Amino acid sequence: MASETQTETYYVPEQSKLPIWMAIGMATTVTGAALWMNGSNAMMFLAGCLVLAATLYQWFSIQITENHQGLAGPQLKRSYVWGMGWFIFSEVMFFAAFFGALYYVRGLNIHWLAGEGAFESTQMLYDNFTASWPLMSNPDNSLFPGPEDVIHATGLPLINTILLLASSITLTISHHALIAGKRKPMQIWLGVTILLGLLFLYFQAIEYHEAYTELGLTLNSGIYGTTFFMLTGFHGAHVTIGTFMLIVMFFRGQKGHFKSEDHFGFQAAAWYWHFVDVVWVCLFILVYWI
Amino acid sequence: MTAAHTGSDHHGPAKGLTRWLYTTNHKDIGTLYLWFSLSMFFLGGIFAMVIRAELFQPGLQLIQPEFFNQMTTMHGLIMVFGAVMPAFVGLANWMVPMMIGAPDMALPRMNNLSFWILPFAFAMMISTLFMDGGAPNFGWTFYAPLSTTYAPPSVTFFIFAVHIMGASSIMGAINIVATIFNMRAPGMTWMKMPLFVWTWLITAYLLIAVMPVLAGVVTMMLMDIHFGTAFFNAAGGGSPILFQHVFWFFGHPEVYIMILPAFGIVSAIIPAFSRKKLFGYASMVYATSSIAFLSFIVWAHHMFTVGIPLAGELFFMYSTMLIAIPTGVKVFNWIATMFRGSLTFETPMLFAVAFVVLFSIGGFSGLMLAIAPADFQYHDTYFVVAHFHYVLVPGAIFSIMAAVYYWLPKWTGFMYDEKLGKIHFWLSFVGVNVTFFPQHFIGLAGMPRRIPDYALQFADMNMISSLGAFLFGASQLMFLYVVIKAIRGGEKAPDKPWEGAEGLEWTIPSPAPYHTFTTPPKVD
Repeated sequence: MASETQTETYYVPEQSKLPIWMAIGMATTVTGAALWMNGSNAMMFLAGCLVLAATLYQWFSIQITENHQGLAGPQLKRSYVWGMGWFIFSEVMFFAAFFGALYYVRGLNIHWLAGEGAFESTQMLYDNFTASWPLMSNPDNSLFPGPEDVIHATGLPLINTILLLASSITLTISHHALIAGKRKPMQIWLGVTILLGLLFLYFQAIEYHEAYTELGLTLNSGIYGTTFFMLTGFHGAHVTIGTFMLIVMFFRGQKGHFKSEDHFGFQAAAWYWHFVDVVWVCLFILVYWI
Repeated sequence: MTAAHTGSDHHGPAKGLTRWLYTTNHKDIGTLYLWFSLSMFFLGGIFAMVIRAELFQPGLQLIQPEFFNQMTTMHGLIMVFGAVMPAFVGLANWMVPMMIGAPDMALPRMNNLSFWILPFAFAMMISTLFMDGGAPNFGWTFYAPLSTTYAPPSVTFFIFAVHIMGASSIMGAINIVATIFNMRAPGMTWMKMPLFVWTWLITAYLLIAVMPVLAGVVTMMLMDIHFGTAFFNAAGGGSPILFQHVFWFFGHPEVYIMILPAFGIVSAIIPAFSRKKLFGYASMVYATSSIAFLSFIVWAHHMFTVGIPLAGELFFMYSTMLIAIPTGVKVFNWIATMFRGSLTFETPMLFAVAFVVLFSIGGFSGLMLAIAPADFQYHDTYFVVAHFHYVLVPGAIFSIMAAVYYWLPKWTGFMYDEKLGKIHFWLSFVGVNVTFFPQHFIGLAGMPRRIPDYALQFADMNMISSLGAFLFGASQLMFLYVVIKAIRGGEKAPDKPWEGAEGLEWTIPSPAPYHTFTTPPKVD
């Protein structure tokens, strides 16, 4: 064995039942979702989610056990780093599609619909339409009733911005405590981060409630509501996932899973959290503020 | 590191079906991908035969227009996402670890997952054929509002199937990136990597960058259909053209996803049978990177006729034409490699040379389409169909076949039947040209694509095209026969069956042992 080389024997796991269960879980979930949307009930979707959750739990626990057995060498850990890094990049591109759509409708499309440029023909369709942003009156208000008002940046969104930015700082403090080998401050600051995340989600829920019940701002209120809810909604979904990841890390921290030089689970969750934070800053500026 | 050895015991594969269901072995998973791809190739091929049978004569003979639309849609989707892409991923699984001296892919369990969600996704998509209202009928580009306001109910299943395929591609691509960055044998520096590895690395980046955008666009469709949003509805301030922008931002890199690995394959095969080193290795790497970069800034050349501003037309016309430069570098390098080489024409080489010639024809018609004012005539005609079939069939598909013939001795341990392989090549070569060359003429003459019936003046060329398609389709059965024959036995293959071949994969026995390079080789 070439044990002298820097590349140690790479751990290739034995056969595993996890992936096929994961595949069954994914297929059941999406088939169930499609049936649900087409008028059936949600049973199959929920069953799929259960399979997914159980499989993911198994998968991560096996992964953690293998790491504790020392099977994962430094080279394998670098693979995880690459994997997580590029996964986050793919998420960035997913959001980019929606930000791109926002730019297109706001910067170009509504002006063309109002007859600017060489697009006079659209005026024959929508005679009285004028472009504005936020778009309070849609080209066809009978199909898409416009909102009465929108969420303004200075209220809840500003508080949420402060909350999320603070949570990135508290998470970094927790991470430094972990590296310094101080478990108690690590857990405290991680707990604070989780609370900030939950608080963010709570305010987001209040905001949505207000939009739907008081402002008439809904998914159906034209392109403003569409881009607003899709961007903030997908971000909210990512905050939920990120908070869940941090909660898992909290319990793993309680169990003493992390070492100052070996805590990739924590690190990956932290990267994900910072990514979600950056997306929020873009949202705050591009969706709420300007 | 005593514990580290437990995972690398030199044992063979498990027995029975569970070997394939539970496997973490890159060779097993590569084999699964390749067989899956071949079965999808035949299914998509059957749909193509239905299309060509209906177009054999003008008028409606065999099927109704609704079903014809479902056939063109399913043919395109299955060939793109089911045949070509999984074939390249399968080849990457088999060859990339062996080419860089790695024991396996970087994340073996995720590798299994990337494959096994595909059959579910395609089962879901094919099942739409049996649903009320029929399968998706809006073309493989699923333009809104055809795919939203006017879509059959089965579109929801189509959307989720695309989501799963996207997840598969992203996981596969991340795995390939991690493998290439992290698992090269000591001494395998960047500029020593085989070009197939290089082109796949760049392809993997394209996949990671654009598959999420595809997920985004189908999610927008889903929201428009079921949740009342207005992305693609002008009545709410959205735009159907927004769909085209987002789709083609994915779609144009996607077509390079289907050709860059082909460049890598041809760059391996031509030097092997020319018994020379590849001419201009470094320029090949840079050209591939340039093509990948340019692929992100040319998307609207698919949309010249939808009404984009003049400045847009000009920008996308010139940026598209720029792609001809790095592509020209590649074609030049392949020809320069053959120049004064000691050439022999075994089946892989025949396919590779045909690739260079016929892909170039497809590239030239692409240049014609890039010219915005001329495109107003060509748009949505059979000329476009001829163009992209030239780059995909004698382009991508020929390169996959070349790769299969080239590496089959390494995979099976037996030589394939050279005589049958050559017959398969010549039948395919004739078939593909008879099918697609006349489509240039009927396209220029004005026959629109995606119609089941046509004016009488297109009758002769359509009949020729259909005859070519039947020949091409039938000759692929021969390919299946040759592959199965080589798996079952034949002349024993040496470690390196091709005299001029280079690379780590030829330093290990044929067939390749179940586990290779458990300890990394030293590369000088």
